[in-house]
Amino acid sequence: MSSIWVICRKELKTYFASPIAYLLMTMFAVIFGFFFWNVVGYFVFMGLQSQMRGGFPMSLNEQVIRPLLQNVSVIGLFLIPMITMRLFAEEKRSGTIELLMTSPVKDTHILIGKWLAALLMYVAMIGVSLINLAILFVYGQPDLKPVLVGVLGLLLQAGGLLAVGTFISTTTRNQIIAGGATFGVCLLLWVFEWVSGYETAAWAKVLGYMSVVTHFESFAKGVLDTKDVIFYLSLIFFGLFLTSRSLESLRWRA
Amino acid sequence: MIKVEGLTKRYARNVAVNNISFEVEKGQIVGFLGPNGAGKTTTMRILTCFLPATSGKASVAGFDCLEQADEVKKRIGYLPETPPLYPEMEVAEYLEFVGRLKGIDKASLPSRVDEVLEKLSLVPERKKLISKLSKGYRQRVGIAQAIIHNPEVLILDEPTSGLDPKQIIEVRDLIRALAGDHTIILSTHILQEVEAMCERVIIISQGRVVATDSMASLANQMRGSESVTVQVDGRGSGAPDENQVRQKLESVAGVARVSTQGSKNGLLTFQVDSLKDRSVRADVARAVVGAGWNLLELHTASLGLEEIFLQLTASNDGGKQ
Repeated sequence: MSSIWVICRKELKTYFASPIAYLLMTMFAVIFGFFFWNVVGYFVFMGLQSQMRGGFPMSLNEQVIRPLLQNVSVIGLFLIPMITMRLFAEEKRSGTIELLMTSPVKDTHILIGKWLAALLMYVAMIGVSLINLAILFVYGQPDLKPVLVGVLGLLLQAGGLLAVGTFISTTTRNQIIAGGATFGVCLLLWVFEWVSGYETAAWAKVLGYMSVVTHFESFAKGVLDTKDVIFYLSLIFFGLFLTSRSLESLRWRA
Repeated sequence: MIKVEGLTKRYARNVAVNNISFEVEKGQIVGFLGPNGAGKTTTMRILTCFLPATSGKASVAGFDCLEQADEVKKRIGYLPETPPLYPEMEVAEYLEFVGRLKGIDKASLPSRVDEVLEKLSLVPERKKLISKLSKGYRQRVGIAQAIIHNPEVLILDEPTSGLDPKQIIEVRDLIRALAGDHTIILSTHILQEVEAMCERVIIISQGRVVATDSMASLANQMRGSESVTVQVDGRGSGAPDENQVRQKLESVAGVARVSTQGSKNGLLTFQVDSLKDRSVRADVARAVVGAGWNLLELHTASLGLEEIFLQLTASNDGGKQ
């Protein structure tokens, strides 16, 4: 177990010793800040309308936090490749993979440590949005519970995509290829849902079910649905399983 | 300590290592010598459990490299051809990371890191970023990470490649200093390196072991046929010309071949090769002196490792291609 932590700490240090961590956090802060400003501005506008037309109900959770969470989930698709692309590709390129794989550490510990570090990097990134959320809690009274469920959903979704990205990173020694391929897969897993808008055949349902964004909707509403939790957990497991297979095949082919 | 039996590694299109066997005793320092692409790195990767063998067995300290990989890994320190360094880490930080990876417990780690830094005279560099180090220092850090967990066996893949002559000498001295505590296998394609450091040599060519022996007996074994350089005075009256001497030398029993090395200022020089297992020096001397000529020089040319190596690897060439 301790070896997982050793690997994880090293990966985290690498993120923060390079500009990647700061770049990701800055990009997220700017994009999320824009959405926040946009959504809150719209909320204020609707508030004025509501007063003038005799008060239809307003809710911070429904009208601000929910769209924000959905936005974060989509921003994640774009930034996650940047988190995972170097995890194994760089070790393969520089030859340090030989150090890891000739140390008395299990392959699964190596990959879980790396995946965990990627997840913590993601947490640090979306952690930037706490400043914005704090403003909502200072000037309004949104419900905390749906927010927590939403954050849990984000972590599960990111966990799944990061696992897939980790796998893709083991397949190449080129970071750009790893990042590009991960981005393509993330994008596909997002747009799959669009089919279900007009097509009702079985294959469309399957495609729609595979969309990581669809499964986030209930979390964004503040509803914890086991079906969606299981979807994300199986995506995590699937990604990490492929990673461990890929590492093993590396030994046979290298 | 290290035992390799019938080891074969096959890739999709070629055979990198073909049925090799050897043993290394505890405390020995063994050179793994061969031209580039001979299968040295593959063999080392199998010993360090990085690659599984296609067939055959390899074991380190009695543990099988495939079945008991974790036990083997604990006992091996490995320096790959390019030292596995993380440029964004500081030297001491890197060694701590590797130490933890190799299973050193937290309590004894700092003292162990200090010890290794001391041993490799890296103390002034401990806080430097690895990316800022020169190539020689990086190689030292690479050796440091290999010995951090005090392994019984050290496997060094081309430890001096790419270094300048001064750094090469430093690294050689370092490796010699480590020899007492560890069993060392080092690979190289540089012959002087083996002569300078190793007690035994395993010569490998095209995936096969072509010789494994101690340095001294290997040289002896190859010296089965003698090569003698003879110089005869060709000046003045009564002195022979080149052809006369040549014919005389060829008539000596046991001589296989006489070649003229040239005549300068009337000094005639020949190289005389003997048949296998025949010593011809005495007979050659007698023949020249008996003819009434002045014998100026007679010595055997010692066969260097270079020639041995070429003979061994060349004789293997016909087999595969």
